[in-house]
Amino acid sequence: MIKCTNLFFISHVSPGPCCLLQAEKQRGRYAALAIAAVVIVVGIPLWWKTTETYRAWLPFSEISELDSLQLQLSVDIEVVFSRGTLTPEQQKKFPLSHVNEKEHQVDVSIPELLTSPSTEADLSLHMLSESSCGSVVVYVIPETAALLPEDVKVYVGQRRTALLRSPPFKSSWSLKEVLSNLDVKVEQVVSTMSFSHQDIVAALSNRVRMAKVTKESMADSMRAIKSSPGYEITFSLLNPDPRSHSLHWDIEGAVQSCIQPLLNKLAPIANFSVDSQILYYVVLGVNPRFDNSVSAYTLSADSLSHVINPVEARLGSNAASSNPVLNFLLYVPDSHHSPLFIRDHSKREVPSNAFHSPRWGGIMVYNVNEMYGPEAEPPVDININMAKVMGVFLAQLRLMLGVQHTHPPTGFVLQSPGSAGLADWELDRLLWSRSVENIATASTTITSLAQLLDQIGNIVINDNIAQQVSSAVTSLQSAVAELEAGNLAFALQYSREAILASERAFFDPSLLHLLYFPDDQKFAIYIPLFLPMCVPIVLSLLKIVSEAKKRRADKQAKSD
Amino acid sequence: LDSRLPLVDRSDGTKDSESFTAAAARDQFQEELVIRPLHSGDIYASFQFRTLWDIDFLQERQKVSHYRLFPKSLGQVLSKFSVRELHISFTQGFWRTMQWGQPFIPSPPGAELWVWFHDTVSDVDGNWKELTNVLSGIFCASLNFIDLTNTVQPSASFKPLGLGNATDHRFLRYATLPREIVCTENLTPWKKLLPCGSKAGLSVLLKSEKLFHSSFHSQAVHIRPVCQDEQCTSKAWELRQTLNVVFDLYTSSQGKKEWSLFKMFSRTLTEACPLATSSKIYVDITDNPELFELNPVTPLLSQAVVLGDRRTYSVFDLTRAETFGQLCSLNLLLRWKGDSGMNVFDGCDMLRPLLHAERYVAGFGLQTGEIHTVIYNNHPYRAFPVLLMDSVPWYLQLYIHTLTVTSKSRDNKPSYIHYQPAKDRHRPHLLEMLIQLPPHSMTEVTVQFERALLKWTEYTPDPNHGFYVGSSVVSALVPSMVAMNTNFTQDQPLFSSFVPVKEESSYFVRVYTEPLLVNLPTPDFSMPYNVICLTCTVVAVGYGSFYNLLTRTFQVDEPSLPLEKRLANLIRRIRGVPLLA
Repeated sequence: MIKCTNLFFISHVSPGPCCLLQAEKQRGRYAALAIAAVVIVVGIPLWWKTTETYRAWLPFSEISELDSLQLQLSVDIEVVFSRGTLTPEQQKKFPLSHVNEKEHQVDVSIPELLTSPSTEADLSLHMLSESSCGSVVVYVIPETAALLPEDVKVYVGQRRTALLRSPPFKSSWSLKEVLSNLDVKVEQVVSTMSFSHQDIVAALSNRVRMAKVTKESMADSMRAIKSSPGYEITFSLLNPDPRSHSLHWDIEGAVQSCIQPLLNKLAPIANFSVDSQILYYVVLGVNPRFDNSVSAYTLSADSLSHVINPVEARLGSNAASSNPVLNFLLYVPDSHHSPLFIRDHSKREVPSNAFHSPRWGGIMVYNVNEMYGPEAEPPVDININMAKVMGVFLAQLRLMLGVQHTHPPTGFVLQSPGSAGLADWELDRLLWSRSVENIATASTTITSLAQLLDQIGNIVINDNIAQQVSSAVTSLQSAVAELEAGNLAFALQYSREAILASERAFFDPSLLHLLYFPDDQKFAIYIPLFLPMCVPIVLSLLKIVSEAKKRRADKQAKSD
Repeated sequence: LDSRLPLVDRSDGTKDSESFTAAAARDQFQEELVIRPLHSGDIYASFQFRTLWDIDFLQERQKVSHYRLFPKSLGQVLSKFSVRELHISFTQGFWRTMQWGQPFIPSPPGAELWVWFHDTVSDVDGNWKELTNVLSGIFCASLNFIDLTNTVQPSASFKPLGLGNATDHRFLRYATLPREIVCTENLTPWKKLLPCGSKAGLSVLLKSEKLFHSSFHSQAVHIRPVCQDEQCTSKAWELRQTLNVVFDLYTSSQGKKEWSLFKMFSRTLTEACPLATSSKIYVDITDNPELFELNPVTPLLSQAVVLGDRRTYSVFDLTRAETFGQLCSLNLLLRWKGDSGMNVFDGCDMLRPLLHAERYVAGFGLQTGEIHTVIYNNHPYRAFPVLLMDSVPWYLQLYIHTLTVTSKSRDNKPSYIHYQPAKDRHRPHLLEMLIQLPPHSMTEVTVQFERALLKWTEYTPDPNHGFYVGSSVVSALVPSMVAMNTNFTQDQPLFSSFVPVKEESSYFVRVYTEPLLVNLPTPDFSMPYNVICLTCTVVAVGYGSFYNLLTRTFQVDEPSLPLEKRLANLIRRIRGVPLLA
């Protein structure tokens, strides 16, 4: 009654009609299975491969290591004992011979030192040992030496040297005892001259929330502008009343003499560019209040926060670079509102008549009303005393750059930083905290970028981004290694490279391209392909499975 | 106090006089407003602000970083990108040469930017790209849409207007954005560049709600090196900010023919900018001075030869107190005597400017078309050459072999043709021609083009609106009716000193035609999804039948009986007779 046609299947048993039907069914099953296998083994991977986004390989494991970064900072400290500090027996036990040589040289130069430490003395000490960036040399002088005044225990010079009056050693002490006795003192010196725990924690404050940070160092770190490869410093003279005042300032000379030495000193940290402008008809955002008791206008401390915004609209953005801008404004109040004084929270006049805004810049009010009488014919030509102005701005600039105030323990004397406005060890302090901050920022950037890329699967990762990321990671690793080895200059260099590469990777526009083409849309588009393809396959697979079950049940029934 | 000695603040609080610093007098600022009643009855107001600074931005050894009157943001741009000359204009509306005559400084609709770079620049394209981005930030405009596809390097049309005779057009970049819409957000940063902002001087008149309620608005910034003095011993940098407005006062004041500063700008003047060395208002009274009266009356008259015409101006010097009168406020008022004003300018009779150009697209369908540029020489007896520059986007593929130039229905062979063909998605067509215009003639330039199909991401938003093609530029030295003033003097009014005059007999004119709006074939933008759906369906259908063929078990059916047999069987069944097999 039923005949099979189209037979490819040759059975060794002579095929009856029923067998033929069975064979044909078997062939259909095999075909369905083969097609399903082809679709699963070839089709789906092919589709996946052709529609997937390109994602270059990223060093995720190394990045996750960065997340739990253990920083170890080490400082090279050289302790030099001058003659008379140690007994000959103790000297003999010194393992290194060159220490003795050093000592000898110091001995030669010490007669040149005057009774009180001077710059020349400091310089001559500096000449003795050319200390590298980040290292500290501590000269231990005998207790009785007349080099330092009686009450001074430690003298910190302009460079990386400190004189330490040795505590009394007993001649019977072994060298170990001597050194351990000295240890506390040296530690104090180092925490003054290179870094203390607080500084480092403050530098990491963006990354680590710690309760241990003192309010002051926190304020310091918040005031300082973020680490960046370059800064633009802009001085603006605000003249709201050009009708009555014609102001002249020798900003070029003032920058050359006051600001440039500091910037030259800070050159290893960042590139600085300085410019200036004069803005007319700029008014402060608040109306100063007239105070009858002093017959002057006053700005109270809590109104200062409203001053900046309206002024900033006129300052103009820095068109030529994307570095952060530090603004220093010199405001000359108009003749109807002068003199103008700034009062602090306790209602006292601020002696400098200036204030600063963290990470933004400073404003100084410069009153000119006393410089001309009522008979003067407007506009009055006024030359501004730049020394006075720059003194204030320099102090503010130091704050912004994070040159922190050090609070030396009692008995410490710090040499004033001299013409450059910054001692070598102060620069080192800054470099330490900057390198740590850079490392922290770069690793945060890299880890958050990696996290983002990990979470959103359809962001294209181009090769250049992968390259930036891995170069950032290698720079970070070498920066950490250099910090560990105490090579401050290299550490800073690597940390800057790391921050540059990480920012470039993070802000690369190519990361945004396919962000808005999510997976569900992709599937929606391919549904017209998937549905008609998969439905027969799935149905025939179901059918095969159910037939197999049925056959097994039949077999069982038969065997029973 | 007559001595006017500068005072210096000593740290001990005493006063002392000291000599000026050298930098004090090295920059100066001038402001000027020209008001011209136009033939159509409109009022043309042209502001010019000029800052001259005796300094060299391109000095190698020393960076310029201390600014006084010159805006710092522009100065930084100049020195960073080694810009030698920069001209940027933002225009809303189209200047109608036939009704209004020539403007003092012409500009095409939309945004136009052309820059000469210094010849030490190695990567001009890179600098240009960055410069446009920076400028778009400064002026709040979409100049960042300028890229290589709309930038050209004209070989002859845009010569530097300042010092130096650069001829290597590799350092020139020119681009227009005809679609750019100019509004308040562009005016505010422009005003911020002025030393007095909008607080004093002529700039108090620049109120955006009035300026943009006008028939034509154009603001521009021109920076170029110029001579410091007549002998040209030293170089100075000139920043010229210009703003041109045409007010349609006739319709807005119910047909009354009178205008005042207050009516136009809703402000009056009370002072000059204290930083300006000169601050003047010129009112053009050449046409029919007896027909209207100007109030207040000024005894100062000035004559200037501008654009080949000798004009007479009433001058108001704002630096002098008597200009402002008793009320300390200056409100210029112009009133026509009787009702003569009504029929003086009917607006019907068109002007016949010596040089005039217009352009349109001809053709039908979405495949091909033809660009017609018509240039008129209305000079009765003089022929003169003009330079025509056309920059056409790559998606209009020009057939340059169809280029024809005809004047007086005769073929007019251009004496110079510079043609740079477009590269798809890389650069536009540039066509520059030097054409001799016969006297009193109309010259027509036609070229055919084919519209290209764009990729679907290349269409602008709202593609059915059409695509803009920037104005063509016609530059010419037009023979002058009167002798032009060729000698350079410092106290020349600003409006007549912008374009340097080389010879007495002719003057330089640049005419911009209308921008074109061309429709490109625009697809249905759901097309990609449709294509995917269709392809998938076709694949699925093919696959489905193939799958069935492979997996189904086929059986031969009992061939069913033919129809007649079945009918016979039916009858047989009814009859009870055995059925047929």
